Amino acid sequence: MSILVGKNTKVLVQGITGGAGSFHAKQMMEYGTQVVAGVTPTRGGEKFEGKVPVFDTVEQAVKNTGADTSVIFVPPPGAADAILEAIDAGVALVVCITEGIPVMDMIKVRRVLETTPTVRLIGPNCPGIITPGACKIGIMPGHIHKVGNIGVVSRSGTLTYEAVGQLTALGIGQSTCVGIGGDPVAGLDFVDVLTLFNNDPDTHGVIMIGEIGGGAEERGADYIKANMKKPVAAFIAGATAPPGKRMGHAGAIIAAARAPRPRRSRRWRQQA
Amino acid sequence: MKIHEYQAKVIFAKYGVPIPKGYPAFTVEEAEAAATKLVAETKSPVVVVKAQIHAGGRGKGGGVKVAKGGAAEAKELASKILGMQLVTHQTGPEGQKVRRLYIEQGLAMERELYLGAVVDRDRRRIAFMVSPEGGMDIEEVAANRPEKIMTVHVDPTVGLSPYQSRKLAFFLGLEKHGKETVAKFTKLMAAFYELIVKEDCSLCEINPLVVLKDGDVVALDGKVNTDDNAEFRHKEWDTLRDTDEEDPVELEAKQTGLNYVSLDGNVGCLVNGAGLAMATMDIIKHAGEKHGVAPANFLDVGGGATQEQVTKAFKMILSSPKVKAIFVNIFGGIMKCDVIANGVVAAAKELGLTVPLVVRLEGTNVELGRKILNESGLAIQAATTMVDGADKIVKAVVGGAK
Repeated sequence: MSILVGKNTKVLVQGITGGAGSFHAKQMMEYGTQVVAGVTPTRGGEKFEGKVPVFDTVEQAVKNTGADTSVIFVPPPGAADAILEAIDAGVALVVCITEGIPVMDMIKVRRVLETTPTVRLIGPNCPGIITPGACKIGIMPGHIHKVGNIGVVSRSGTLTYEAVGQLTALGIGQSTCVGIGGDPVAGLDFVDVLTLFNNDPDTHGVIMIGEIGGGAEERGADYIKANMKKPVAAFIAGATAPPGKRMGHAGAIIAAARAPRPRRSRRWRQQA
Repeated sequence: MKIHEYQAKVIFAKYGVPIPKGYPAFTVEEAEAAATKLVAETKSPVVVVKAQIHAGGRGKGGGVKVAKGGAAEAKELASKILGMQLVTHQTGPEGQKVRRLYIEQGLAMERELYLGAVVDRDRRRIAFMVSPEGGMDIEEVAANRPEKIMTVHVDPTVGLSPYQSRKLAFFLGLEKHGKETVAKFTKLMAAFYELIVKEDCSLCEINPLVVLKDGDVVALDGKVNTDDNAEFRHKEWDTLRDTDEEDPVELEAKQTGLNYVSLDGNVGCLVNGAGLAMATMDIIKHAGEKHGVAPANFLDVGGGATQEQVTKAFKMILSSPKVKAIFVNIFGGIMKCDVIANGVVAAAKELGLTVPLVVRLEGTNVELGRKILNESGLAIQAATTMVDGADKIVKAVVGGAK
């Protein structure tokens, strides 16, 4: 077992004929992921790498191939629209790799997700999700992973690789690794993924990697304290960041209404 | 991206957010001409000369002055403010040179209020905040008197509803100025919301928003930050950018497609990814805090940099006078270690390596990357882990030699 994705996950790739989409679609297939369809509007009828059918719409791809998960490599101007198309087509999981989607677009996407509770979104601006040895959806280097029982959830891309690399070097494998992305408005957050790991019998412990900014890490800490049945090791990057760097007035107000950093750190120490 | 007050006010006017009359001026002569025009248009000798820099706190720093004696006095004030190094709590001690002015009509104010809008990342909505404590440092109000702030969140499918604006109006006590004032505020809010969405703002502030003696509600100041991610649909932003206000190194990095963060320490850092950058900063500060060792900057080459970009990044680090040692910390995913190694070697050979260099490479093509570094003939200290790298960089700075 694992969470969200596994051997039977059928993946469609939105933007499969683009530079990033085609490169990573190939990498995913080499890893063993079932890539069953691609979508590029006006390129329907083509075959990717001579075998994966390409469709004009996500709806056609889902109907014809039974794809249940979509991964998006569409450039920023069309990426939010691509997420909405995937949600509408009824896939269970949407993984959006695209970096640079305007926040106004993501606010609308979030609003639609609130009315479609059967669809989950990972990202955008994330490395994706991998269940080692079974299914890789995204841009992470597959070879650093190892099959095992530790769940990893992270807001950062390279820092996830770092953590996974260290785990594997120690001989500790992973159940599933989820990169939830660093954008201010996104899909699954720490609590969502921690809940899934908590309920997964094959996950025996969790590594959680956060960053400064926003309250998602604090909500994660509250969830862990109240509900988590498994050990969690957490790291929040940027503890030594100079205050105010890149922070605007109004943003700092909302932060101030929540806990300032020292209190957050204390809350984390209490879990240890 | 940040823009100037006078640019924000052009946008305000476009959407129907009421503003005072005013004109930008780049020279003392233009300032005098603008003041003359304003005095004629408003039949009042009172004009305000406002320094245009991106940092806040301009008034307290002496960058905003009222001329009650018309154009002649405005000219005199303009000659003092234009070219000054304006120091505010947001500029740092060296201040920011004033290169642009905004000359604005003086108004008979009754009250000063605060109005701000921001993307609330926890609620995933645009949040509007108001406070009767206008013109004040709003962070201070939020910290010490949170009851003086009211916030509403906007459903993006419905938009800002008039009842939400009225709720804010009554919290501010605007009905005391007449029911027309409540209506005027509600109208202003509708325009403000439309502006924020259509112009892709990440932050907008009107501080102060003023109620005039006649009951009008006017944006006396304007701060607009735009969402860089939306640049592709706002070609007009190019004309609003003031590169004089940006850190020249950060600007150079941006033009090369790199992320650069300038800090106060002495270690130059080349990393990939924002999270790894922050973790690298944390670990260097942790290892070096007793020895005065800390990052001077970060160049984040991201996930897909070319060898040319890496070369450029490393050159930028090498040419910073603050840098006493360099730490390259890369975990290659999409970014291949050999690309990093080739870029580092090319830059070091061209400019010469005069400070210690610690390299920690891991991930995709790591063996090839290490081979390139080993065969380069450069004096490179290889680190096996982040902790090892941080220890070596601290020793390198403290030792001061290769």
